[in-house]
Amino acid sequence: MTISMSTPDFLIERDRDRCIKCQVCVRQCANEAHFWDEEEQKVKANDALCVNCHRCVTYCPTHALTIRKYPLEFRENANWTASTIKAIYRQAETGGILLTGMGNDRPYPIFWDHLLLNASQVTNPSIDPLREPMELKTFLGRKPDQLKVEDGHLVEKIPPQLELEVPIMFSAMSYGSISLNAIKSLAAAAERVGIMYNTGEGGLHKDLYKYGKNTIVQVASGRFGVHPEYLQAGAAIEIKIGQGAKPGIGGHLPGEKVGLEVSQTRMIPEGTDAISPAPHHDIYSIEDLSQLIYSLKEATQYQKPVSVKIAAVHNIAAIASGIARAGADIIAIDGFRGGTGAAPLRTRDNVGIPIELALAAVDSRLREEGIRNQVSLVVGGSIRNSADVVKAIALGADAVYIATAALVAIGCHLCQKCNTGKCNWGIATQNPQLVKRLNPEIGAERAANLIMAWEHEIKELLGGMGINAVESLRGNRLMLRGVGLSDRELNILGVLPAGE
Amino acid sequence: MLREGEVRIPSGCAISGIMNKKGEVFSGHDIIQSIALMHDRSNGLGGGFAAYGIYPDFPDHYAFHLFYESAEAKEKTETYLNMLFHIAESGKIPTRRVPSVKNAPLAWRYFAKPKPDALFEDESEDELVVRAVMYINAHFSGSFVVSSGKNMGAFKGVGYPEEMGEYFRLEEYKGYIWTAHGRFPTNTPGWWGGAHPFTLLDWSIVHNGEISSYGANRRFLEMFGYKLTMQTDTEAITYAFDLLLRKQNIPLDIAIATLAAPFWRDIERMSLEKQTLYKAVRTVYGNLLLNGPFSIILGSNKGIVALNDRLKLRSLVAATKADVLYIASEESAIREICPEPEKIWAPRGGEPVIGLFEEGGIQK
Ligand code: SF4
Ligand code: SF4
Repeated sequence: MTISMSTPDFLIERDRDRCIKCQVCVRQCANEAHFWDEEEQKVKANDALCVNCHRCVTYCPTHALTIRKYPLEFRENANWTASTIKAIYRQAETGGILLTGMGNDRPYPIFWDHLLLNASQVTNPSIDPLREPMELKTFLGRKPDQLKVEDGHLVEKIPPQLELEVPIMFSAMSYGSISLNAIKSLAAAAERVGIMYNTGEGGLHKDLYKYGKNTIVQVASGRFGVHPEYLQAGAAIEIKIGQGAKPGIGGHLPGEKVGLEVSQTRMIPEGTDAISPAPHHDIYSIEDLSQLIYSLKEATQYQKPVSVKIAAVHNIAAIASGIARAGADIIAIDGFRGGTGAAPLRTRDNVGIPIELALAAVDSRLREEGIRNQVSLVVGGSIRNSADVVKAIALGADAVYIATAALVAIGCHLCQKCNTGKCNWGIATQNPQLVKRLNPEIGAERAANLIMAWEHEIKELLGGMGINAVESLRGNRLMLRGVGLSDRELNILGVLPAGE
Repeated sequence: MLREGEVRIPSGCAISGIMNKKGEVFSGHDIIQSIALMHDRSNGLGGGFAAYGIYPDFPDHYAFHLFYESAEAKEKTETYLNMLFHIAESGKIPTRRVPSVKNAPLAWRYFAKPKPDALFEDESEDELVVRAVMYINAHFSGSFVVSSGKNMGAFKGVGYPEEMGEYFRLEEYKGYIWTAHGRFPTNTPGWWGGAHPFTLLDWSIVHNGEISSYGANRRFLEMFGYKLTMQTDTEAITYAFDLLLRKQNIPLDIAIATLAAPFWRDIERMSLEKQTLYKAVRTVYGNLLLNGPFSIILGSNKGIVALNDRLKLRSLVAATKADVLYIASEESAIREICPEPEKIWAPRGGEPVIGLFEEGGIQK
């Protein structure tokens, strides 16, 4: 066997003065980076196995541990960076596609950070959310061009709508890619704060049916776990066409993650790989999508809005317009920074476009075509905080999807190793020992807290702008100004530069 | 400096309105006196009036008031108007010299009826007028349509409102509704078209405030074909009423609940049926909600509606005496012309004051 040229990414430093040899780190690390050396009677580390997930650091009772970037430097080279070289070593050893978890980590521009919000001064008053009502209630679904009202009665009912107390939802994460306890945390949090969570393509576990009115059930290319009760169980149905982290490719849940419960929920044999094809094999064109939309509507008696989720790709505006015309009630767009349980590294890091530009382009296009109110727009793909939410809504989104932020709230440390199934935080794993580390009640409280905290912040920001209802922010790009952007980018975003 | 429409200019204001509910006409004297009292709420950079019932000789003709900055603009616009309309009579709007009024454009008026063959298929006469107004304002530089309704007209310009009243000799007109506006823009390129009221067909709006939802309102209205060339709140509010009341036939109370929507906490206390209705209103027309401070008076040949934002961030007072309804930014502006009103009150936020003519009361 030849020697591996891969060197560790991280260095585990243990302060021997502090270490009491309790071996908590040994037990906590599913990657087996820590081990007990019987002969020397001390705890040692294998740096090469460390993924820097902070589990041991958090749990070490004496704060004896520090994880650092492995100080090994390659000869300086702006073109051949350490990560590029290491990737080649790995591929030379394995001959395989490089896999990774979580969203694109490359230093592409983050447009949210180039957009600034407005506030009222003198000519109109800001509003204090502690004293005045501040309304964030949001409805997702198809809106008619006009209401018909006669003698104080609504003559025609409006199409079904999702009602959100806050314009934020937990984005699709399947049972299989994340643990049941992680899903339970999000489902319970969604119920508590009056929003939705999304099943992803993994079906609906029997314990989760009780959260139905806060559930969006997804139908993806693998059709895992899709049956009539499933469709009826949720408040809305989402057809997943693509995902920001890996536009154009399907999913692969390895057999070792398909235990009894996952197998029952997905309706596939235990231990088999769950492969989602890249396209839906019944959707090769827009008219096929329309058929699926209407099949799902028929199956649920037109009682539930149907969403179509797509990845933000180059021609997004035209695609979204087609989807609106195909009958979708909600279009969910996932930007290229969106997270994933597992994706080929090169796809994740190189395919798709930023959600900010995609959103601006789609909203403008749908308005030009006069069909913007026929669909709701939901965007995700790296909404990191409440300011991003406010900016997204000002650009034209009806609501946002968050997933990475929600996982971080329940313990994720963004180690990007979700694909390994060894998530030490009990999130991206099906290992029962690891899953039980995440207490769904505590998880629910933390996820709900996050939404409530953002809700307060959104209200604060709205009040500052002199707005007391979120619908007055929606598409109100005058509340935004750009800094450090080219004319062309400002144009696409439809915002003025700061100072103008 | 960019002119209004090319740039958005925030402003504070005074508004005033008088209506005789029986449709009896009275001269412009009172409204000038009322708005003049609130002199300090304007800064001499914009004032104007809307008057209804002033053209009894042409009740069924669209009365176009136009501003021209050049003879060429006038010529081009008239060619266009003649293409679409039979013009029964036209002429210069009478003015008098007022020393402080400078750089006045040429003000011209036309009494016009659409040519039947100018109408598109399924196009109503009103829609043709709207199309013409949008076209002139967007395409003929140096021309601006000040008003375009039947038996009504707007008179406005750069100056204090009382100066505009004097300039346009408004005491010589008699109308059953008068509204007035004095403006305090934060900056102004001194363009007459930018003064208020803003009008479309027989809608006129005088407005005090700065709505923070403008961007959202605007983009919603654009979807329905409105071109917002002025970038003012007043223009957006006018179009919002036009869309709801004229184009979509939405009842007045629902239109008001759209622009100054009841809070969710109030909707929760309504009967189930009303809840469904108001929920639908906010779901479908959420983008038309006017947010931020405003008080407005909407004028039309049917009557007037005064409305405050739902938090009441701008002052608005109403009063009645006999058949006359008074509305103004300040109580003093009412007492100035009606010292002893029978009833005087400050309407609550989001609660409209509605003055409608008794059925057929105006068609004399
Ligand atoms: S958890 Fe901390 S104290 Fe315990 S063995 Fe590991 S490094 Fe030592
Ligand atoms: S979910 Fe787990 S494995 Fe994935 S990034 Fe977060 S901590 Fe790492």
